[in-house]
Amino acid sequence: MDFEPTIIAFVCNWCTYTAADLAGTSRLIYPANIRLIRVMCTGMVDPKYVIKAFLEGADAVLVSGCHPGDCHYINGNYKARRRIKLLKEILPQFGFEPERLKLTWIGASDGIRFADTITEMVSEIRALGPSQVRGKMVL
Amino acid sequence: MATTAKINVKHQDFLASLQAFFKSVLQQNDIGALLVPQHLPMKDVVMPTIVTDPEALDAADPLAPTFPLNAATLLSRLTRKPLETTIAAVLRPCEIRAFIELVKLKQGRTENLIIIGTDCLGAYPNNDYARVVEKEGSETTRKFYQNVLSGKNPPLEGFQVARACQACEHPVPEGADIVIELFGVDTEHEMFLEARTPAGEKLLAALNLPSAKEPDQRKKAIQTVVNERITYRDQMFDETRKRTETIEKLTRYLAGCVNCYNCRVACPVCYCRECVFVTDVFDHEPSQYLRWADRKKSIKLPTDTIFYHLTRLSHISTACVGCGQCTNACPNNIPVMELFRMVAHKTQQAFDYEPGRSLEEPPPLSVFKETEFPDLTGETEQLNH
Repeated sequence: MDFEPTIIAFVCNWCTYTAADLAGTSRLIYPANIRLIRVMCTGMVDPKYVIKAFLEGADAVLVSGCHPGDCHYINGNYKARRRIKLLKEILPQFGFEPERLKLTWIGASDGIRFADTITEMVSEIRALGPSQVRGKMVL
Repeated sequence: MATTAKINVKHQDFLASLQAFFKSVLQQNDIGALLVPQHLPMKDVVMPTIVTDPEALDAADPLAPTFPLNAATLLSRLTRKPLETTIAAVLRPCEIRAFIELVKLKQGRTENLIIIGTDCLGAYPNNDYARVVEKEGSETTRKFYQNVLSGKNPPLEGFQVARACQACEHPVPEGADIVIELFGVDTEHEMFLEARTPAGEKLLAALNLPSAKEPDQRKKAIQTVVNERITYRDQMFDETRKRTETIEKLTRYLAGCVNCYNCRVACPVCYCRECVFVTDVFDHEPSQYLRWADRKKSIKLPTDTIFYHLTRLSHISTACVGCGQCTNACPNNIPVMELFRMVAHKTQQAFDYEPGRSLEEPPPLSVFKETEFPDLTGETEQLNH
């Protein structure tokens, strides 16, 4: 059976979630491997949310918010960027390939970009294969 | 720049001279209390004490090769609100660095505080220290510092200092107002005190001590120690990396963890007043456990063990000073310090941050720049389009 990745996406209410909505209403087609979790701002995505997703077997995690300068809470996306940088230093030390964690900026009007990003990410992770956590007992 | 003062050591008793120095500090009008490790009267355990009477310093011993806890947490409690008097605190370098991190997080204050740091020769794990004292008795401290300074390894027969100390590249107290120098010093005959801040200079001046030049061999002695420790540290990183480089290996590494959270309690820089892992968030519904077990065939209890350690790594590794109290506190002998230092080394490098280096450097996760880490979001690529 072909490997179908599960990707958890933390998307901000104001930009990327709205873009996802727009992709839907525009009837754009993208793979159904993504599980969207709407948050008010990427600045509220504590590293532990990402860690939990990986430990529960997510094959990849996407954090996506407003473009720099567009954050509805002024600077939440800049804070998110530091946290993703931090996680990119930590998770690969335990065997998680860096490609499994992605940060993007997708604005509210970027429905096409949202669909493209998901399509691209799914094919990349499909090629990479399942996460090391799958089928293992993680304490 | 820095002023150095010299005290002649009488009867080759460095510790007595040190106690006399503490006494003279506490006799200053503006200094109301001294935080200093002392041998407890009821058992030979060395714990931080607050002393207000200059005559009550006979058991003070900051050179005893033990520190059952990192005193930064205690100093944070003492300085949480303004005091009417000045406190002088005698600390190890890792305690000072942890305290500086807490001050940045508004969990401590440097106002009305004099930090007296000692060159650090290392300390034994708690369990070992009790055995060392059983063997060496009241001579433990003296034999220890003499042997370390003369290059004897191991310093006391049969016992090695904690791995955290062997891997510590910060043996000299950087954030101190006054440094009690040990490396490169003939401790049988002399004691050198170095003032590193205006507050430290003021105190040394008030004590009327003759100024002196720092011993010539000191810089070299420090460099030798630092080099040895860095070599040890890097080897420790390599070993730890091999043991934890996949989630399966990490799981094996942490398999003995019973979620007691002692490492978190002992950690001086784990800063939350209430840890999320003891809140309702982790008070799962009983049926939730069964659902998890259903999905994964079986789950280990207590749950969220790896989750806990990875979360702590992400929250505090940038502030980790490598004091090793996490390992000291582990009831199941998990080498927690090795794991945290290995990860911290990377995360601190990523933000060009060194905990305790400066009060002026904000914790990296509390700030940001508008333009940074462009590779994370592929912005360099986009600009070319």
